[in-house]
Formats: sequence, structure tokens, C-alpha cells
Amino acid sequence: MLYREAGQFKTSYSADQGIFPILQDRIGMAIILAVAFVAVPMVASDYFLSTIFIPFLVFSVAAIGLNILTGYCGQLSLGTGGFMACGAYAAYKFATAFPELNIVIVFLLSGGISAAVGVVFGVPSLRIKGFYLAVATLASQFFLIWLFTKVPWFVNYSPSGVISAPPRAVFGWYVTGIEATAEAKYLFCLTFVAVLALVAKNLVRGRIGRAWMAIRDMDIAAEIIGIRPLQTKLLAFAVSSFYCGVAGALWAFIYTSSVEALAFDINRSFQILFMIIIGGLGSILGAFLGAAFIVLLPIFLSAVPQAMGVPVTTSTLAHLEFMIFGGLIVFFLIVEPHGLARLWQLGKEKLRLWPFPH
Amino acid sequence: MDFAIDFLFEPLKEIWEFPIFFVEVVVGGILTGVMYSLVALGFVLIFKASGVFNFAQGAMVLCAALTFVGFHELGVPQWLSLILTLGVMVALAFAIERIVLRPLVNQAPIILFMATIGITFFIDGFFQMVWGEDVKRLDIGIPKEPLEIGGVLVNTFDIVAALVAGTLVGVLAFFFQSTRIGRALRAVADDHQAAQSVGIPLQTIWVIVWSVAGIVALVAGIMWGSKLGVQFSLALIALKALPVLILGGFTSIPGAIIGGLIIGVGEKVAEVFWAAKIGGGIEDWFAYILALFFLMFRPQGLFGERIIERV
Amino acid sequence: MGRAHIARTIGDTLLKVENVSLGFGGVKALTDVSFDIAKGEIRAIIGPNGAGKSSMLNCINGFYQPSQGSISYKGVVRGAMRPYEAARGGIARTFQNIALFKGMSTLDNIMTGRLLKMKRGFFWQCLHWGPAQAEEIEHRETVERVIDFLEIQAIRKTPVGRLPYGLQKRVELGRALAAEPELLLLDEPMAGMNLEEKEDMCRFILDVNEQFGTTIALIEHDMGVVMDISDRVVVLEYGRKIADGTPDTVKADPKVIAAYLGTGHG
Repeated sequence: MLYREAGQFKTSYSADQGIFPILQDRIGMAIILAVAFVAVPMVASDYFLSTIFIPFLVFSVAAIGLNILTGYCGQLSLGTGGFMACGAYAAYKFATAFPELNIVIVFLLSGGISAAVGVVFGVPSLRIKGFYLAVATLASQFFLIWLFTKVPWFVNYSPSGVISAPPRAVFGWYVTGIEATAEAKYLFCLTFVAVLALVAKNLVRGRIGRAWMAIRDMDIAAEIIGIRPLQTKLLAFAVSSFYCGVAGALWAFIYTSSVEALAFDINRSFQILFMIIIGGLGSILGAFLGAAFIVLLPIFLSAVPQAMGVPVTTSTLAHLEFMIFGGLIVFFLIVEPHGLARLWQLGKEKLRLWPFPH
Repeated sequence: MDFAIDFLFEPLKEIWEFPIFFVEVVVGGILTGVMYSLVALGFVLIFKASGVFNFAQGAMVLCAALTFVGFHELGVPQWLSLILTLGVMVALAFAIERIVLRPLVNQAPIILFMATIGITFFIDGFFQMVWGEDVKRLDIGIPKEPLEIGGVLVNTFDIVAALVAGTLVGVLAFFFQSTRIGRALRAVADDHQAAQSVGIPLQTIWVIVWSVAGIVALVAGIMWGSKLGVQFSLALIALKALPVLILGGFTSIPGAIIGGLIIGVGEKVAEVFWAAKIGGGIEDWFAYILALFFLMFRPQGLFGERIIERV
Repeated sequence: MGRAHIARTIGDTLLKVENVSLGFGGVKALTDVSFDIAKGEIRAIIGPNGAGKSSMLNCINGFYQPSQGSISYKGVVRGAMRPYEAARGGIARTFQNIALFKGMSTLDNIMTGRLLKMKRGFFWQCLHWGPAQAEEIEHRETVERVIDFLEIQAIRKTPVGRLPYGLQKRVELGRALAAEPELLLLDEPMAGMNLEEKEDMCRFILDVNEQFGTTIALIEHDMGVVMDISDRVVVLEYGRKIADGTPDTVKADPKVIAAYLGTGHG
């Protein structure tokens, strides 16, 4: 079974515009989904599910969100953590204020709150561009974290300042709280991620995605062909913050179960930015690859010296991680700004021609 | 409503009743602002000469301070340690030009910006690995006693710091305006390709300007380091310099100074008179909101050049 | 020479520029310029470098605001406006230095020209199914017609950044055409092209004008081309209008000859 598109002729534009125009890709995607939904929860241990798979899924949502804003619309944001916090705290307030509300609705609503906040902080993007905007997004990062730390209303006046996810069930299965099994949490996350990824893909391949990319590639020309810059950018801020907000809610409720605002500090923003640079700017697949990479690298880093019997202190390890991430960022920006996703694509093109490379 | 009155008018009343205290706060703000300007200056230099917004300036401050103290702790006298650190900063400039800037020449500015975020992480990790992460004390013999000038209490150290920053600005202004290298730098800042075509070696210029920024970082690192101790949080000073930059404009040395003063004073005054009423700890974001507010009216910053867009 | 007039209708005034001046600080880019563009014609704007030609186009499509004077479009005087409003009114343009979206394929670039005509809202876009998909396909068909017209089928899915200069210019024209504009502004559509590419481009311009009845205003340095394809010519020098009329009258105008010989353009 070779990877070929020869013989697969498209007879309609709709077939040509599909997400996976090549048959083998469609089969591949079906297999990945089957593995993710069936095989992983059956095979993987609770430990693996909750320390690797669930954070990977949560990070993927945030990375998709940032990639929409930065990779597709070209507006660099360093405020991802702030919007994630926004989603986490909104979800906590909704869930505790309306205990009857379905948790799915809670998450979607908290995404909506983040989107609204994102729009407010996106307004300066009309007047300021490039680094000025990147620096301005830091304002949202610092302000939001400060707000959630200082205003006790957000944590329901809990003295510790930590929010804990109340137990909630979907179709009778607990997905948050102490009774939730790792499998249930994983499947819940996965469903969210699958739907959100599909929606993101749909957005970026249609009218709206083209408007975003036009603004990214050349904002002046985009305006001259009739794109309204402010609306287009604000929509990107809104959608991006929605994704980040949902990611924050998933983080607080599903991944860690209890969280304080500092979990979403500026380092979280940089971490997500690194995911999309390494994974690939302007690619939904890249968001997943980048998230996987950043989740796995620290685990790999701590496992290797252990396996080789070299004693390394945790602080050295932390510094090493800094260096490797920094180095990789520079490396990818120089060698392949479209990241792992582009490498994957190149690999596929090679495969398509194999074994006749010319 | 009570809160609004309390929030809006009480502090003003306080200021009115204790003018000397207010002046002290403002002077304190000015002197801190000068220290912010010192860090912001490094950003401006690099931006002017290469169009790169160097996010790593804060990391360079940390790395300079760490190296300086690190050598000194190994038993090297301070003057030698200073020279060695200068060498390290120049070597760093070389490495950055060779490894990062050269392959990325002609890339979009935002890509270069992200690359400098990568550099930041690398430098933070590398120099902390080499020199350790404990807080180190740095004493270069500046007295820290308070001084009374016309009834206003001022910290001697802050005055010395302000003088140092002022001198540095003067030297840099002279360097930029009146030397051959300065002229070349300005030419490069204006137009890379045109500068290259009249025979200005771009790469040499970049190494020089990154080295100068490294020296500025060293001065900032020593001043901040002897104020706060040499530790990782020095790198975060850069986050304070960013609002100064967007306020003053990325391309203007006077802008960096005035911006620093505005941020320093605004922050101190808000902190002392208003912060307690809304929970305190506003120093993380106040400068940014202040800068954003200015930006809404002058998108290019106070002293930035007005851009005429062409197609 | 002028151009052999086939069955074309040149109608009423589509756009009228009256006493327009434009300054940047102390520099005057345009001084008191007036002319009009009639529906269905090909109108050329010529002049030496720095004469204010591009500034004029920038005023017409709202990128610059004239400091004095007025521009009326379809009989209505326009107030201060943003470029996207001009686009919504049916004005499309190409640029002197190509302004394509470098990260996108030829197809997607031309599809952006259809953005204004696509109406399906956010909800349907999320689903990319049903009405949104139907709309996408409908516009794809229009875009494919543009691609056929410009003979660029082979580069449909190539990222435009990888295309040679001449083809990029063609894609840019395609993007403007996809918007089905009433007034098409072309800023040096043939600059830097070789003879063959120029001939192709001329043919496209004439075909667009004849087949779709699109009004065209173009800036061009190649006098041969300008005199061949345009109906009327405006000549600018140092931001002022020095001549206006058919190619033949303009060519014979002593002021025009002086302007061109004086600055060494041929």
C-alpha cells in the first residue's frame, strides 16, 4: 500500500477542497482517531493518561488558539497565559454558581468570556502593530493574573487562593473531581479537542481564514482588497482567546483539578508560543506536533541521564531545558519556520515520489 | 460610590496635605526611572542599528552581572573581572551575530523578535548553569545612606545610579552623532541595503552594536545587581523596560530616558497612593497599562518617527 | 495612433478628481489636479518619476486622503474613507511593488479577491458545510474562470512566493479581477517585464476592458504601450497636471515633450 495520489482524480471542486484530498490521508486519519478513542484508553495506564496524554490534549487546544492569532493572523501575542487563566476562573465561577449547568456548557461559556476579554485587549491592534502589539499583550498577561490573584471574588473567597474543580458528570460519568477516572477525563478532553480542531481547520480554510492570512501577509494590501482590518483582527483575537480559555478551563478542571493563577504566568505564554514555533506557525497539525514535543521533551530529558546512570540535579536539568528550548527556537526559525508540520509535509512529498525520486 | 470617592479623591487629599512626602515619592520615581532607562537604552541601540527588537536584553543584563560577580567570587579582582566580563559580552555579540542574525537576515522583524526570545532562554539557562542560581551579593562601594537635600530624603545610591546612567547616555549620544562608526550605524539603521552598497560592512556593524548593547547591559547589571543582588530576577527587569520602550518609541534615545522617567514616576506614585486601595502589587502591570494608554494616542510612541505608509 | 475601437461603449463619467492636492509635511505630492475617468475607458496616467502618479492612485482608492479638493465616484462626492470602503464600492487595484499574500497559494490569493462577495457567517464557516461549502464552490468556479482567462492553471496550488516576477504580476491582476471591479487601477503593470510578458499583459488588459467592460486606470512608463492601449492620457509633472487628452494630442504637446526630454525618459 503505497502513498500515491496518482489515479485519484477530483471531479468536483468540493472533492478538491476537502481537508484530506488524498485517500491514504483519510485512512490514516481514521486510524489515528480509532487509536486515540479506543486503543489509548484501553492500553495506557492511568499515570500515562494523566501525565502525558491529558496535558498534551490541553496544550494542543491552547496552541491551536495561539496559532490562529499568531500563525494565521500574524498578531504576535504574549498573553496566552492570561486568557487561559480567564477561562479557568470563568469556568470555576460558572460551575460553582450554577451547579446544575452541564460541564460542557460551562466550558463553552468560559471560552466565551475569554473571547470577550480577548477582544477588549485586541482593540489596540488597530493602531499598534508588530512588537508594539506583542508588548501590549503583555499588559493583558500581567493584568489578568494580578486580577485573579488579588480579587477574592474569583476564588469564592477561598483563603488559599486556589480553585478546585467541583465534581461534574457527563452522561452519568464523572469527568471532573475526585471520582473521575483518568480514562473518562481523557476521553472527555479528546472529544473536546477533536471537535475544536475540526472547527479551527474549517475556519482557516474558508473565507475567514483567508482574510486572516491576508492580514498576516500584507495588511495594507488586505485592506485595499476590502478586508476590514479591525474586525478581522478582533475576530482572530476572539476565536484565539476562546480556544485559550477552553484550554485553561480544561487545565484547571481536568488536568490538575486545582489550580492557582500563577500556573498561567508569563512562562506559560512562552511555552505555548514555543509550541507553535516548533510545531509550525500557521498549521493546525503543527499545534499538535508542537504540544507533543514540549510535553515529551522534559520527560525525555530527565529519563536519559537516569538511564545512563549520570546524576544530574534538577536545577541543572531545568537550565538544560531552557537552553534546549532556546536553541530549538532559533534552530527552527532559521531552518524551517514552518516547523515540524512542514517537515512532515516534506516527508510525505518524498514518500509520494518514492522510490523514484525524480 | 464610597469606593469611587475613596479611590479618586483620598489620595489627592493626601498629596495636598503632605507635599514633601509627594516630592520624595516623585524623586524616588525619577531615580528608579533612570534605572529603567538604562535597560531600555540597550534595546534602543540594537533596534536603531539592526531593526531587531532584542528581547534578550534582559537576559544580557543577567548574564553580564552573573559573569562579573562570578569571576570576582573566583578571586579575580574587580577591575580584571570587569575586563573579563566585557570580553564575554563581546564574544556573546559575535556568537549571536554569527549564529542567529546572519542566517536570519532579511526575515520579517517578528521572526527576528521570536528568535531573540529563543536567545533569551538559551542565555538564561546557560549562564545560570555556569555560575549557579543562588543570589549573589554585589558591592562596588557605592554608599547607600539616605541623603537630605532641601528637606527631601534621597538615597545616595540612586543618585549615583542616575549619574552613571546620565554619563552613559552622554557618551552614547557622542558615539552615535560624532564618530565614524556612529555615522555608519545610523546609515545602517536607515537602510540596510543602501548602507551595504556604499561599502559599510553590515556584519561588523552588527557585532559592534550588539557589543555596545552588551556593555550597556553590563552597566545596568552592575547597578541593578548591587541594588537587588545578582539573581535570576535581574532578567525580569527587561519586562520593566518594555513599557518604557513602547512609551518612548523604539528608535529614540531621549525617548528611552523620558519614557523611563514617566514610567518610574507614574509607577511609584500609583504604588504609594493608590495601590493599597485595590490590593497592592500593581507594579507588574501598571507600567504596561500606562504605556498602552499613551499608545492609543501616539501609536509610534512619544518620540518614535511618524511612519508614512507607501504602497 | 490611438487604438482601433471595437464595439466598446464609453459612457458617462465614473470618477471625477477635482482640484486634488496632497502633502506630506512640507512635501507636496499633488497640487490642484483635476481629471475624470469615463465608464468603460482605459485611462493612462503618465509622468516622470516622482510626478505623483502613485499618490494619485492612492488617493483614488482611499489609501491617502487628499488634503484639498474632492473625488466623486459614480456621481457621489466621497468623504474621508478607508481603503476597504473603496474596495466595497467596486475599486480594485494592483501595485507597483507586488503586494501578494506570500504565504498563500495562487488559488488562495485569487480567492481573497472574492472575499467581499462571500456572505456566509461565522457559524457556517465553523462547519464548512452546507451553505458555506456551496458558497465556497460557487466562488471557486468564478476564480477558476479567472485562472483560465489569465492562463495560470499550472501554478494554481503553488505558493506565490516561489513564482517568477512576471507570473506574480499576473496573479496580482487575477486577484483584482476576481473582485469583478467596476474600476481597476493598475500601478505599472508591466514594469520589469520582458517584451513577451508585456505583450501578454497588454492582451489581458485589453481583454478585460472589452469582455467585462471594466474601466481601467493605469500608470505605465512604456510610452509605446501607453499610446497603443489607452483611450485618454493624463500627464503629471511635479504633482501638477500638464496635459490631458487622447494619446495623439498628448504626444504632440510641447510641455510633455519638454518634461520627458528634460528628465531623460524616452
